[in-house]
Amino acid sequence: MRIPIETFRLDNGLLVTLSEDHTAPIVAVNLWYHVGSANERAGRTGFAHLFEHMLFQGSANVAANEHFELVQRAGGTLNGSTWLDRTNYFETLPSNQLALALWLEADRMGALLPAMTQQKLDTQRDVVKNERRWSVDNQPYGTWWERLPALAYPPDHPFHHSLIGSMEDLTAASLEDVEHFFATFYTPDNAVLSIAGDFDPSEARELVRRHFGPIPRGARKPPLPDMSLPDRFGRWLRATVPDEVMVPRLFLAFRSPVFGSEEYYSASVASAILGVGKSSRLQRVLVREREIASEATGFTFDLSKGADLLVLDVTGRPEVSGDTIEGAVGDLVDDLRTNGVSREEVERAIALVETAFVTSMQSAGERADKLSMFATYFGDPSLINDQVDRYRAVTAEQVTQFARARLGKDNRASLLYVPASAARSGVVETRAAAEVVS
Amino acid sequence: MKESAHRPAPGPARPYHFPHFERATLDNGLSVIVVPVRKLPVVTVSLVADAGAVTEPAGQDGIARLTARALLEGTRSRSVDALTESLERLGASLDADAEWDSGALTMTVLTSRLSEAMALVAEVVLEPAFPERELERLKAERLAEILQRRAEPRGLADELFSRFLYASDSRYALPDGGSAASVSAIHRDHVAAFHAARYRPGSTTAIIVGDIGVDDALRVVRSRLNAWPAERAPGVDADDRPARRTRAVHLVEKADAPQSELRIGHIGIPRVHPDYFAALVMNMLLGGLFSSRINLNLREAHGYTYGASSFFDWRRQAGPFVVATAVRSDVTAAAAREVLTEIDRMRAEKVSAEELSLATSYLEGVFPIRYETTAAIARALTAMVIYGLPPDYFDTYRDRVRAVSAADVLRAAREFLRPEELQLVAVGDPAVVREPLEAMDLGPMQSYDTAGVTSQEAGVRGDT
Repeated sequence: MRIPIETFRLDNGLLVTLSEDHTAPIVAVNLWYHVGSANERAGRTGFAHLFEHMLFQGSANVAANEHFELVQRAGGTLNGSTWLDRTNYFETLPSNQLALALWLEADRMGALLPAMTQQKLDTQRDVVKNERRWSVDNQPYGTWWERLPALAYPPDHPFHHSLIGSMEDLTAASLEDVEHFFATFYTPDNAVLSIAGDFDPSEARELVRRHFGPIPRGARKPPLPDMSLPDRFGRWLRATVPDEVMVPRLFLAFRSPVFGSEEYYSASVASAILGVGKSSRLQRVLVREREIASEATGFTFDLSKGADLLVLDVTGRPEVSGDTIEGAVGDLVDDLRTNGVSREEVERAIALVETAFVTSMQSAGERADKLSMFATYFGDPSLINDQVDRYRAVTAEQVTQFARARLGKDNRASLLYVPASAARSGVVETRAAAEVVS
Repeated sequence: MKESAHRPAPGPARPYHFPHFERATLDNGLSVIVVPVRKLPVVTVSLVADAGAVTEPAGQDGIARLTARALLEGTRSRSVDALTESLERLGASLDADAEWDSGALTMTVLTSRLSEAMALVAEVVLEPAFPERELERLKAERLAEILQRRAEPRGLADELFSRFLYASDSRYALPDGGSAASVSAIHRDHVAAFHAARYRPGSTTAIIVGDIGVDDALRVVRSRLNAWPAERAPGVDADDRPARRTRAVHLVEKADAPQSELRIGHIGIPRVHPDYFAALVMNMLLGGLFSSRINLNLREAHGYTYGASSFFDWRRQAGPFVVATAVRSDVTAAAAREVLTEIDRMRAEKVSAEELSLATSYLEGVFPIRYETTAAIARALTAMVIYGLPPDYFDTYRDRVRAVSAADVLRAAREFLRPEELQLVAVGDPAVVREPLEAMDLGPMQSYDTAGVTSQEAGVRGDT
């Protein structure tokens, strides 16, 4: 399976990718801005995400919330989301509405500021504070999004702090911040536009040129500080959080090679062998054999800068202590390092990855989002077509070698939630990250 | 709205038809629906049995879900580990679960591996072993889930809302997964008996969607499932009587909660109803869209919440109608007041043509976007099977949406929204929300702990 791809760049720096598929009269438009919480300045945690909300508050020719209304009236679905190192905006519409989506996106990229008011900012600040209460503060284990990156990245690292932001920093955000952030990061040369689905390529090119062409290039954005980190934490970092929960839950993280690197694919397969699917090691041993956990998964954050995280997420049974869970997961990882993985395990993991990838490519929105991702991170959307082969090239020896290098006791960070009533150790104060959807 | 002079007008709409499907019946009574979709080399298979929670024997609440999940725990010839490994080495993700009106196995797999994977699906449904040990494990996992619910405000609000809505002996009053007491009482023999009684070809449909022709699909299904002995499970209707017909407020006390989870609603209407489309469009305008009245009021005008929505929970019998939101603690009563105001406003006068078209043009336009994937098409056909929707349902859907008028919307609002019967559930901090809620004087108010026990009951039992 190969996704057809055409790429071009406007004079103002906007990178555009097109991928035709005429099986249904549907088109997806997807914009990635290469800015996320990592780009926030001190004292403004949560601003990248608050700013994402402001992009739905109108622009020079669009009224507040009209973006939503126009797209839904056209029969489209839409949203935006903010992550550590990018922010995306996307809509899927009937294919005869492509021009509307492009015009709307161009209007807010070119002329957001005339529509910004203090009142809109105040309302969205309240909405985001409620989003924080809903997804983090009033949700069992909800603070893990903040606590894990805070534990696993050093305090001065751009991935350390909270993505959703602290209440104080959200309160402090001003209209001047909105103006400055917009001028710095929301420029065509800091964005990728992808269009996937049922469109005529020459017509799409013409529409893109007409709507986005006049938007001026930005003054270069300030570079991120050096984000590189040593391969390992250097010790076993630990945080225990007594919380209002009924059962213990462990997040065990390892510093891991960045998304897209050669070693990343071994790391991804290792996480799948440990925690993807019912025959993964965590599920087989902890859920079925020992019956000490009720849920167990493994995944990578897929960060392309500095260092990635490989995370094992294990929820204990009510009668089992947090220490038992932590010990059992540690033993499993040690065993994988000592005895290695088999070819069969690698094949199983790759088969699951392949089915999931082909299945997800059925959706125009998913296709456009992945094209934007590869174009934003690596300047090359066609990498989408290499992914399955890169997984297939992974060998059992490589996975074992990865485990020996990266999953040792000197590269672990455990974030352990325990019921407050059963708690013994003190709370660790941390702050930091969640993928938040507007 | 701003000046629309620069706005691009839509081009001519290109035609869309819901994928064509073929139906067949095997000799043993198994219904088959095949939907060839030639896009990517992938196939989704669903086996949908009349084995939902409403068909459970009395006292065995939760057995439908337990049985569905236990199907994947081993067969006569394969242990759970051997079975899972065989499936996953084919890259097949096979799920089994039950909801109110069905028990279903669903799998998505690359076309090249379909035949092998189907052999395993057939083995799972025809020769399950229900190993004692795995079954006890699944029960313990359900008990842990019930325990965790007490610390999870969203799920707790949903669960208690249903309990306050339906008569205490209605199946709908309990969670579909069952209660701690009912699940603990289920044994292996019950599960084997439920499987034998409810998973029968005459009341099951196999749905195959994706990169495969009709003949090939039928051949695969026939070769794997023809051995299933011909039998049919009788239909069962759920009891959907309400607990009460007057308004009441239920405060679930969670000290120091930073936010209140609110559920406001009453019993709705069955999925198959002559006024389904009017109710659907009415709800989109009330709280079904981002630009709906309730969301724009609570989120965009007041900043009370991250989001507020309303929906009908469609089932074969009458499921709940509910407005759901989570709001800052100190505006809990004010937010509830706004919801009631919007419900009243919906019933008071006709919507404008402009507002009506927001819902109808959305539903019409989004129709093809809903069926982009094989799994989504399989879900749509599953609904057709479960509710008995007519074969032309998808082909006439957009016409029927377009035909809904402002008068229809008003009629639906007046008939299906019943302010005097609303049950209001708030899971929140009693120190902040009790007084303002009392002051609203919506109806009698009762307080509960997070196990759903009232203070009086706790006093009588003396154990909490």
